[in-house]
Amino acid sequence: MTSPGYFLAHLWLIPLFPLITAALMLLVGRILPKSAVSFFCVGSVFLSFVHAAGAVLQLRNLDPRVYQQILFEWVTPGLMPAFGGLSPFVADWGYLLDPLSAVMILVVTGVGFLIHVYSIGYMGHEGGYYRFFGYMNLFMFAMLTLVLANNLLLLFVGWEGVGLCSYLLIGFYFLKKSASDAGKKAFIVNRVGDTGFLLGIFFIATTFGTIRFTSLNLPDPVAFAGIKETLAAMLEQGRLAYGAPVLTVIALLLFFGACGKSAQLPLYVWLPDAMEGPTPVSALIHAATMVTAGVYMVARMNGIYQLAPIAMDLVAIVGTLTAIFAASMAVAQTDIKRVLAYSTISQLGYMFLALGVGAFSAGIFHLMTHAFFKALLFLGAGSVIHALSGEQDLRKMGGLWNSIPATSRPFLIATLAIAGIPPLAGFFSKDEILGQAFEHLPYLWFIGLLTAGLTAFYMFRLLFLAFFGLSRVPHELEEHIHESPKSMTVPLAILALLSIVGGWFAFPVLWGGESTFANFLAPVFRRVIPEAAEAGPQTALVDFLLMLASVAIAVFGIWLAHLIYIRNPQLHAKLAASWPRLHKLLVNKYYVDEIYDALFVNRIKDLSTGFGLFDAKVIDGIGVDGSAWLARVFSSISMWWDKWVVDGLVNFIGKFTQFLSTPIRMFQTGVFSSYAMFILIGLAGLLLYYGYHMQHHMQELMRNLR
Amino acid sequence: MLDSILFYFFAGVAVLSAALMVTRRNAIHSAVFLITTLLATAGIFLQLRAEFLFIAQIILYVGGIMVLFIFVMMLVRLDVALHHIRFRLQRFVALIVALTLGGYISVILFWARKLPGQGLFIQGAAPAERLSPNSEQLAKSLFSSYLLPFEIASVLLLVAMVGAVVMAKNKKGANEP
Amino acid sequence: MMSPAHYLFLSLALFIIGCIGVITRRNVIIVLMSIELILNAVNINLVLFSRIFGDAAGQVFALFIIADAAAEAAIGLGIIIAFFRNRETVMADEMDLLKW
Repeated sequence: MTSPGYFLAHLWLIPLFPLITAALMLLVGRILPKSAVSFFCVGSVFLSFVHAAGAVLQLRNLDPRVYQQILFEWVTPGLMPAFGGLSPFVADWGYLLDPLSAVMILVVTGVGFLIHVYSIGYMGHEGGYYRFFGYMNLFMFAMLTLVLANNLLLLFVGWEGVGLCSYLLIGFYFLKKSASDAGKKAFIVNRVGDTGFLLGIFFIATTFGTIRFTSLNLPDPVAFAGIKETLAAMLEQGRLAYGAPVLTVIALLLFFGACGKSAQLPLYVWLPDAMEGPTPVSALIHAATMVTAGVYMVARMNGIYQLAPIAMDLVAIVGTLTAIFAASMAVAQTDIKRVLAYSTISQLGYMFLALGVGAFSAGIFHLMTHAFFKALLFLGAGSVIHALSGEQDLRKMGGLWNSIPATSRPFLIATLAIAGIPPLAGFFSKDEILGQAFEHLPYLWFIGLLTAGLTAFYMFRLLFLAFFGLSRVPHELEEHIHESPKSMTVPLAILALLSIVGGWFAFPVLWGGESTFANFLAPVFRRVIPEAAEAGPQTALVDFLLMLASVAIAVFGIWLAHLIYIRNPQLHAKLAASWPRLHKLLVNKYYVDEIYDALFVNRIKDLSTGFGLFDAKVIDGIGVDGSAWLARVFSSISMWWDKWVVDGLVNFIGKFTQFLSTPIRMFQTGVFSSYAMFILIGLAGLLLYYGYHMQHHMQELMRNLR
Repeated sequence: MLDSILFYFFAGVAVLSAALMVTRRNAIHSAVFLITTLLATAGIFLQLRAEFLFIAQIILYVGGIMVLFIFVMMLVRLDVALHHIRFRLQRFVALIVALTLGGYISVILFWARKLPGQGLFIQGAAPAERLSPNSEQLAKSLFSSYLLPFEIASVLLLVAMVGAVVMAKNKKGANEP
Repeated sequence: MMSPAHYLFLSLALFIIGCIGVITRRNVIIVLMSIELILNAVNINLVLFSRIFGDAAGQVFALFIIADAAAEAAIGLGIIIAFFRNRETVMADEMDLLKW
């Protein structure tokens, strides 16, 4: 084993830098000046990026390309019964760097750094500057922990951490009720998904006896086997097989958790509302990083998924349906950030489609390119909002193309990228996904194609409404239109550049590329069993035709948008009028929120009201009032006892004595003649009594009388 | 023979007077009848050869006590017309009890007849000479064997006299005669 | 002298009549007089037996009884006078201060 370089050995610094500055903000942030806050917080992210880049570079020297380091043992309960027998269970705090996490940390720290720089300018006029950066750095720490974790428990720690930071940052303007409600909604919906995730982790723990991903490059691989090794061993021993039910259950539970975090059907409802947060938050968390955590997790667990085809199919189907569902809603939205939110959901659907058909590297590739252009779109939208002094409604924008060129030009690039126009990044990644989809499930390819058309349509609708056409900006705002400061526009430019060249990592083989990206990620996504072989490169003709189809439908979408929103502006109103019900359905997001409210939210509120009533009536009634009543009953019983039994006894004795004495008392007449009578009676009695007994005495007496 | 006549005469007078005494409404009448009873009793004493007691009875009892009684009756100013004697249960019971007692003792006395000896019903031959002269014999016993009771009796009479004076004294005026 | 039985019956009769008088009469003075009657009956008995046995003790005792009767009559009448001064009555059933 070659000795790791400095950056690899200090892998643990990467999450630590933002954690330190977050703690710093928590403790002393209030008293620091804004410049100091910016310096520390943005600087720490920059340091993390440098270390991440260095680590990835040094990783390429390792063979196999896996580096693990364990900081300390965290949970060591000892032996645990598992599907494969007793095994020593241990969960430790350790970091793993392999190609997959390498891609992730580069994206997170790179895009994160650019967004932090942007935030200096965007949040410069806001209150709570230090709080914002503190939360953002805390988020960076959690996200980096998530992607660098070497076992599921630490990943879950990061998972929950990003959920917390999402809640804190969505509800950043906590004085606004809609913002705090949105934060709550995000957290709660995430939690619903986390249930599935946790159950999945428990299943994995009991099935494999370990939750560590792999034990490669660890000092003692046999004692603490990873999931990868255990899975391979079990397959060899024949205890698990392709399509085993336990694996399907695990895969489905994990995917449910991913749905929550990555806003897929049916747990996507929190993402549109999350736009209440500041725009950099939307860019970082809800475009580039947090929502991709689900994709990352499924990709990480690809070994299990490959052995559960039912789950994979479900992943693909859910992803595709989400994609088209969200795209349809984006068509009718009027808030610039909402359109982008639905677009994010739709693109995440694409990523899951890729994972579902087995094109894991394509999915990760799309994750990376999406991070570039979606972050750019959000930051650009933020710049537009900033220029219009807070206006977010598309119907009140227009004609800004020349007013804010530093914003509008990158925005155009991003829009082209997301629509999938070559040679920008989005084309390559999307095309890769659609190609793989066609191989496996052609009907999903078709829906994906339609979604691509919709995507182009609504994105260019956004562009045209915001930047082109006659200006519909209200007069008082029109005077204040100004370009954003350099701190905001430079990141835009950098991201635009990345959106252009980002796709060139994976030039398809057709065009003479070497698919370096896929090769880089190949060790991670190695086939577990030969049956689940990845689809080989298709015939050149099919490839070319597919590419042509996606480009064609994108161009068609652009043309349609141009027609409706530029050439005949009244057309869209007429269209809306001719299908009023459909339009209403789309505008109201299919009433999904209302359905959820009626089904779940209000029922739970009713349940808690019921419990409250139960507490007040039954528990208070029985417990408090009941015990009071019981005490009264007891006291009246003892009162009765005291009055009738105790006093009765006393009174009885008195009355009895009186009863006995009353006849005897009558003897005391006070008149002495009756006393004399009694004396006489006594005398008579005595004589009568003694007379019988003293006969012989009498005889004696008589004899003496002689 | 003379004995019997005397006895039955005195005894009859005594019993009759006694019966009349307890039934008169007028207290003075009762007192008078008591006097005759006492006189009859004195006669009985005489017949029993107790001459001193005969005199003592008349002088002391009749001449002293009964006079005292009559004085007090006059002091108290008894109303001659007194309430009717109502029939009360107490009186009835008393009558019954007294008669029962009398009957009982009579029964005993008659039953004594069956006993050997019959001492009670034979005219007793008493050694009468032992008691005469009566006064001297009495005085001999009184002042020798029974001296202590004699002295005590004097004290008793003194105490009674003092007590009677105190009791009957008029409390209001100490100076009045 | 007659047989002792005669004198005993006489004494018994006087005694009984005296008892009846004590219990029956309402006038306390007459009650006192009945008590004197009882004492007299006892005297007769004593003298009788003194005569039978020839012992002077009986007569001595009878003499003491007479003396005692005198003292008692004096005291009793004193009490009656005192009572009469307070209550203006000599009826026995009105002297019921000791009633229950």
